[in-house]
Amino acid sequence: MKKLIIALAASAALLGGFVTGAEAQEKTKVCFIYVGSRTDGGWTQAHEIGRQELQKALDAKIETPFLENVPEGPDAERAIERMARSGCALVFTTSFGFMDATIKVAQKFPDVKFEHATGFKAAPNVATYNSRFYEGRYIQGQIAAKMSKKGVAGYIASFPIPEVVMGINAFELGAKSVNPDFKLKVVWANTWFDPGKEADAAKALIDQGVDILTQHTDTTAPMQVAAERGILAFGQASDMIAAGPKTQLTAIVDTWGAYYIKRTQALLDGTWKSEQIWDGLKDGILTMAPYTNMPDDVKAMAEETEAKIKSGELHPFTGPINRQDGTPWLAAGEKPQDGVLLGMNFYVEGVDDKLPQ
Amino acid sequence: MFEAILLTVITASTPLVIAALGELVAERAGVLNLGVEGMMIMGAVCAFAAAQLSGSPYIGILAGIVGGGLFSLLFGFLTLTLVANQVATGLALTILGLGLSGQLGEAFVGLPGIKLQPIVIPLLSDIPFFGRVLFSQDLIFYLSVALVVGINWFLFRSRRGLKIRAIGDNHASAHALGINVIGARYLAVMFGGACAGLAGAQLSLVYTPQWVENMSAGRGWIALALVVFASWRPWRVLAGGYLFGAVGIGQLHAQILAQNLGIVIPSQFLSALPYAATIVVLIIISHNRRTTLINTPASLGKPFVPDR
Repeated sequence: MKKLIIALAASAALLGGFVTGAEAQEKTKVCFIYVGSRTDGGWTQAHEIGRQELQKALDAKIETPFLENVPEGPDAERAIERMARSGCALVFTTSFGFMDATIKVAQKFPDVKFEHATGFKAAPNVATYNSRFYEGRYIQGQIAAKMSKKGVAGYIASFPIPEVVMGINAFELGAKSVNPDFKLKVVWANTWFDPGKEADAAKALIDQGVDILTQHTDTTAPMQVAAERGILAFGQASDMIAAGPKTQLTAIVDTWGAYYIKRTQALLDGTWKSEQIWDGLKDGILTMAPYTNMPDDVKAMAEETEAKIKSGELHPFTGPINRQDGTPWLAAGEKPQDGVLLGMNFYVEGVDDKLPQ
Repeated sequence: MFEAILLTVITASTPLVIAALGELVAERAGVLNLGVEGMMIMGAVCAFAAAQLSGSPYIGILAGIVGGGLFSLLFGFLTLTLVANQVATGLALTILGLGLSGQLGEAFVGLPGIKLQPIVIPLLSDIPFFGRVLFSQDLIFYLSVALVVGINWFLFRSRRGLKIRAIGDNHASAHALGINVIGARYLAVMFGGACAGLAGAQLSLVYTPQWVENMSAGRGWIALALVVFASWRPWRVLAGGYLFGAVGIGQLHAQILAQNLGIVIPSQFLSALPYAATIVVLIIISHNRRTTLINTPASLGKPFVPDR
């Protein structure tokens, strides 16, 4: 049944999702592959806003077709190949699960440039780009520890990949920097996009006693549940304040636009080369939504932490940090290599969950 | 806490039960409509849009029912009048529904939803525990229970229900007896569409009061599986729907409980539990081949062309 759903979704994406810009032979095609709907209110919408900014900035020179609702897995390869075949000069594949498919298609089309978001596999014509979301999650953790009355936050997680594990750890480290006993409950929804399931996970966490929610899934459903139950929550990928005007404390807002413009300009200038880019708050690739629904002292703390991270004074992963089982990971003052963070497959001390292997 | 969990289970199970009941009636009449997912999402978008425009979730419910019913008419026309292949048409209906609903709903994305409020039934809701869980629910939940009782009565206790089952078992004989096969099938298909639409309305007005593309997220397929799971019996649809909902919600709580107790249960395993439960129950049900054959509509999915 699951296969059937995937096959259907793929056909739906291929039939319905293909949208091309104006017909103009001279314009360079910069293409986007989205995992979700471009109006999901979260992850994909953030990329869509970036695409629109790109189109606006370089309107005379480029067109930016996109494919949305492309499922991860084997079908992604077909979708990406279709884009490459249609004359795209640069293809942005905007989900972790497109990694292997991107690499495979890139081998078939050496003249087409690819950029894969959040992955770790590169090639001469495949660059990777990512955002240091963990910086924002560290700030969220600090706010959570200040705002939670019970000292327990709930984390709605998608899949146990390094990106998500890193986010959970950063949140816990931020919280522990304020309250050393802070606990984090994790629920794996095993989906990026299913409003019902995300809402169910949120309800389960609240029923089990957490009074602050954060999510690493794509829709505003958890925010909505938090609002209904009168607890506080953090938004993910896009500013979700509309779903919880009295609920959202802040949100990690992905702001890809400037990056897309920079890389497309490089392509037009002929200076594009494969790079592994991992930018953070200071580069503006992610921003924090306004700090709301919190007292001024908490807001001041959050702003101070944000400033320190931007200036490089503070790295969320700075030792001493123990692993979940209490064994030391980083010595005092030690900071991890980026590669270690990107491959993170263990929890730090204080996370209650046992990591699915 | 147990009460809160039960409430969540009811919310998660209701759309499955309603959509499966509608499909059950269509299949009892011999029509296999794989477009449940598409009709459900059309119901969801129509319900959300109508609720937004009118300000009333009840208008929304009505719009969901009408939207799903009208959308199923397309399936009826293609498969019953033009005798197109039911499997292919049903799949097409799902794909079309997902795309069309995305288009229709574009203006409504991100708008705060209007939640359907519970109707508290006096006296009954005062019963400790179960009163609060079962009798202070929203209209769609009450409808779902009424549908189970009503459809069970209709199919197995009424003359028209007997005719529907006769059509589903042997359309040629039913036709020879003078029953209007095509007409009855049209009604059954539209009933299925209306139910799927109502289930969709539950998604966008109760479950998660918002509109996002693809928000049905495969629930139509689960409803389809439930019909087989229930061997075309309304009460078993109810039981199956709640089993499925309970296992789905239970696994989320199990994750947190496991964390509290410090034990390791892989979440992927827990996520797969509803599907594993389906397989186990299917094995138990299909154990007796004779009863399975008796319950399965013999003309299911077969096209019917009346000789003139």
